[in-house]
Amino acid sequence: MTAPTRERVTNKAADDDPNESPTVAPVSSKPARRRLNKRPWVIAGIGLIVPAVLLALWHWSTAVTGYFPIYQLPPPASVWDAGIDLIQRGELWTHVAISTQRVLIGFLVGATLGLAVGAIVGLSNLSSSLLSPMIGALRAVPSLAWIPLLLIWLKIGEDSKVTLIAIGAFFPVYTTVSAALRHVDPHLSEVGRAFGLRGFTLFRTIQLPAVIPSVISGLRLAMAQSWLFLVAAELAGASMGLGFLLTDSQNNGRVDRVLLAIVLLALLGVLTDIVIGFVEKRLLRKWS
Amino acid sequence: MAPASLDVQSRAAAVQVRGLHRTFSTAAGEKHVLSNVSLDVPAGGIVALIGASGCGKSTLLREICGLNTPEAGAVLIGDSPVTGIDPRCAVAFQEPRLLPWRTIAENIALGLPSGVDKETGKARVAELISLVGLVEAANLRPRQISGGMAQRASLARALARNPAVLLLDEPFGALDALTRLRMQDLLLDIHAAEPTTIVMVTHDVEEALYLADDIALLAPAPNSHGAHVASLTTVPGSRPRSRTDAVLAHLRQEMLEGLGVSRHH
Repeated sequence: MTAPTRERVTNKAADDDPNESPTVAPVSSKPARRRLNKRPWVIAGIGLIVPAVLLALWHWSTAVTGYFPIYQLPPPASVWDAGIDLIQRGELWTHVAISTQRVLIGFLVGATLGLAVGAIVGLSNLSSSLLSPMIGALRAVPSLAWIPLLLIWLKIGEDSKVTLIAIGAFFPVYTTVSAALRHVDPHLSEVGRAFGLRGFTLFRTIQLPAVIPSVISGLRLAMAQSWLFLVAAELAGASMGLGFLLTDSQNNGRVDRVLLAIVLLALLGVLTDIVIGFVEKRLLRKWS
Repeated sequence: MAPASLDVQSRAAAVQVRGLHRTFSTAAGEKHVLSNVSLDVPAGGIVALIGASGCGKSTLLREICGLNTPEAGAVLIGDSPVTGIDPRCAVAFQEPRLLPWRTIAENIALGLPSGVDKETGKARVAELISLVGLVEAANLRPRQISGGMAQRASLARALARNPAVLLLDEPFGALDALTRLRMQDLLLDIHAAEPTTIVMVTHDVEEALYLADDIALLAPAPNSHGAHVASLTTVPGSRPRSRTDAVLAHLRQEMLEGLGVSRHH
């Protein structure tokens, strides 16, 4: 045979011409986004405008005009000073470190179990019929309802807190992974089978890559849930951690420390989300 | 051009379909799809399956490669029966069905038989990419190429098996008319370069006349709800055929009547 001669085709209408050279037009509809992506600092700067305005309002309504009394809403500077004070006492780092540790361990355990169980339920009809009603019922239990049971069984210690966080991280991952596997394009799975793939090889080659975007959004939700459940666990009984800092400061009337804890929780949540977002970006570049 | 630089001589094998029955259970009860279908395809031959929409052409194709199992009857490739998905077959589906997260070259590599060592596989993929004219698209993703190019990639993926039997399910059905003609010529070039047995489903009578040695018409069997091979027509002349041949034009008319399209006076 003669190899098809190649000529440059710029017209999109001639797209299906087998002699054309590939029209390299990747995602042409997003030139604006790409331009912004080149300047991430600009985006970050825009994102800081609203927090800065809120901070200024806060300062103005407390320190400048005194509209809010200090026992209700202390000015930002007092919160800052409370933070410096806790750092100097050496307590702040302990609270942040233990809370982060609990979240990370609970998240890892819960997300791993969620992935495994989600894969089993998503891939096999039998295990889906067997397991999904029970898991659905457990998911319907509000998180706080587990706390008394966990405290009785595991006592007030690390185990009960990490377990509660793992429960919180499990469900988002389980739900997204099992649902996504159920909806993998059957055409693609069939291609895999037609070319001799079976079992774990089929899962690794076709099904897992197809659900990677869902897995990541599940992980993202799970991380947010983990921080939520952390505070629930630490409010219920703890001697350190940001949740403890919240209850302890409430009891002592230290509104500045309460606000400090809230700001720290927000920052830590955003920070872990950024880390997952970074992983997401790298994975999606490869798998979508 | 001789792509036989690699030691993968095609091993075209004959296909025999013997008394095949196939029923689907539906909400409305049992639906007979294939009823006593028998068909012979010689090694290296090209047979086109034509028939009305939904008459069971694709089902027959899936039976041949083992994606479906028949209730009765058998399919033989060479001398051995098909049991389960058969590694001697390769399918190109109606849609290209490329994996969106893989490059074109990686998609084609999916078709390589298991156990091929890395270097041989790489060389084979490179050879196929040039055979179907996708050299410049090798490292692109499926979403970055056109429908015709994706269809060629799907064809190359099937050829990567070096299949004894190549099964094509309306491979050019979704393409525009011009691209379809070019793809038909490409398929004949490939068949000449790497002879293999081809069974193709098409609803395009002209395509069947241009490409096939024999055309099998699937139609409802008498006293049954399923389809059988109502007629087997040997296309006169040897390839490449003229698309405007008068004999073929006459045959085309006959075929269309067989499909229930009446003659216009």
